[in-house]
Amino acid sequence: MSDAKQRLLRNRVALVSMAVIAAVVVVAIVGPLVLPASYQSLTRNQFAPPTLHHPFGTDLNGRDLLYRVMEGARISLLVGISGALISFFVGTTYGLIAGYAGGKWDSLMMRAVEILYSIPRLIIILIAINAFDVHLKNWLASGSLAWLTGYSRIVILVLSLGLIEWLTMARIVRGQVLSLKSLQFVAAARSLGQSHVKIIVRHLLPNLVGIVVIYLTLTIPAVIMDESFLSFLGLGIQAPQASWGSLLSDGAQVINPIRSYWWLLVFPAVTMSATLLALNFLGDALRDALDPRERR
Amino acid sequence: MLAFILRRFASMLIVLFCVVTITFFLMRLAPGGPFDKEKKIPKAIETQLLMRFNLNGSLWDQYRTYLGIKPNVAGKYSGLLQGDLQLSTKYRNRTVNELLAQTLPVTMTLGAIAFIIATVAGVTLGCWAGVRHHTAVDTASMMAALFAISIPTFVTGPLLILIFCLDLGWLPIGGWGSWQSLILPSITLAGPYIAYIARLMRTSMLEVLGQDYIRTARAKGLSETRVIYKHAVKIAILPVVSFIGPLAANLLTGSMVVELIFNIPGAGGFFVNSIQNRDGFLLCGVVIVYCALLVVLNLVVDIAYSLLDKRIKLYE
Repeated sequence: MSDAKQRLLRNRVALVSMAVIAAVVVVAIVGPLVLPASYQSLTRNQFAPPTLHHPFGTDLNGRDLLYRVMEGARISLLVGISGALISFFVGTTYGLIAGYAGGKWDSLMMRAVEILYSIPRLIIILIAINAFDVHLKNWLASGSLAWLTGYSRIVILVLSLGLIEWLTMARIVRGQVLSLKSLQFVAAARSLGQSHVKIIVRHLLPNLVGIVVIYLTLTIPAVIMDESFLSFLGLGIQAPQASWGSLLSDGAQVINPIRSYWWLLVFPAVTMSATLLALNFLGDALRDALDPRERR
Repeated sequence: MLAFILRRFASMLIVLFCVVTITFFLMRLAPGGPFDKEKKIPKAIETQLLMRFNLNGSLWDQYRTYLGIKPNVAGKYSGLLQGDLQLSTKYRNRTVNELLAQTLPVTMTLGAIAFIIATVAGVTLGCWAGVRHHTAVDTASMMAALFAISIPTFVTGPLLILIFCLDLGWLPIGGWGSWQSLILPSITLAGPYIAYIARLMRTSMLEVLGQDYIRTARAKGLSETRVIYKHAVKIAILPVVSFIGPLAANLLTGSMVVELIFNIPGAGGFFVNSIQNRDGFLLCGVVIVYCALLVVLNLVVDIAYSLLDKRIKLYE
């Protein structure tokens, strides 16, 4: 493990990526607390281009865009990380079961994954969000989770995106389990009479950590991207809340031949893309560090 | 081989049936009906409307009418089994079949062009990067690929419009009809997948180039071009072939955004609008037709794969 850590720390791209991610996270958390409250209020100062006072300019409602981008970062990262965690739980469990069971079950379960890969999952999820959104809101409002009511859209986004992004994780984990299963230490554990659960938890899971971390890193940008897709179609985060996707979609709508408010598109785009890029680079670098066989 | 195709065909039908059922009930679960307006319509008229659109009776009855295993009010069997996707509730008096017949060719053209661009450019770039491993070409193209993957199409689209249509004035801004109007949308749609395929192809190329039979080919004195194009690419392309199915699904999904940005009258744009309009049958129709297309495509790809790679036996 320390070997892998060294390889990672020697990778300059990985270091820069980690710095970018850390910076975005810190600014997203601290930024809105530090900036004066006037930045989030609606003003008459609409569509003001970037100035020293408003480095990112202002939006349609005269709000400071920098503040909006920070708020967007909070929600996008929250959706990305929690969605990736859900996909991690589903994918790892599925992959473990398929790989460990092997044989008929394995081929059946992997066939299902293949089918899910080839149908337009995002489109069906779109319909599901549309169908469940109001129901979920009512259910949350009536139960003990009433404080979540305002966030019901975020909850449904996290759940649904987590439920469509687990396929790659399942595939990778299953492959890993299949090759681990044939190794001698598993055979030894089995011949000592250990239970399946114990073999999975004690012997297989620890060996999966590396590969799972890599794909967890790569799933976060995928979920953020999906969320921005839904936001663009008007089914993601709803105003007044903002995500990078919804800000971009607002920005893309004011690009027209007469006058372009370029800052509304460029600043959210640069922030989001830099973050996704850093996450993708970091995922790649982790893969190189943990799996030197791939490096060549 | 035949047994394999038959088995796949059967599983194809099961998948389609599941998709139809899920979409139908999801659409009916959504709050609000297609005829909900601010002004309430009289009860009698609403009943008439519901009957005209086969939305009367219990949900189970509606479902069976939609499938075409239960006659509708007029006493006819007219559902999916008969190839009838019902009437659109928004564009009254027009059937979903008509609307799809109009919009689907547009989406398919856009998708097909994007598909060709993505595979050809992706495979070429991936090969190139793989062969020139550890050079500036490799590093630069893989960096560029990650950039292309990390930027959403609804950012690249407006930016391309800003540059090529508004600033330079080389291409029309949007719409459909001339070949010029196809250029930007298909590039926007294909962009991320060029990058994805290039990465896939590069990894696979590196793996293949390290194998024994390539060394043998070189040892027996074949030219490098021959080694790469005759021997390596043929095997290295297999992961790309198995990505064709997911690629088609992603292109159809991504096409929705691109159609909206470039104002293209395709099925994807209709789909997005039909969510807002609560036009359930149009929604169902698009999903079912998309899935049917993709499932058939996957069957074809599976067969093509077995023909390309003799090591794979389909009929285990």
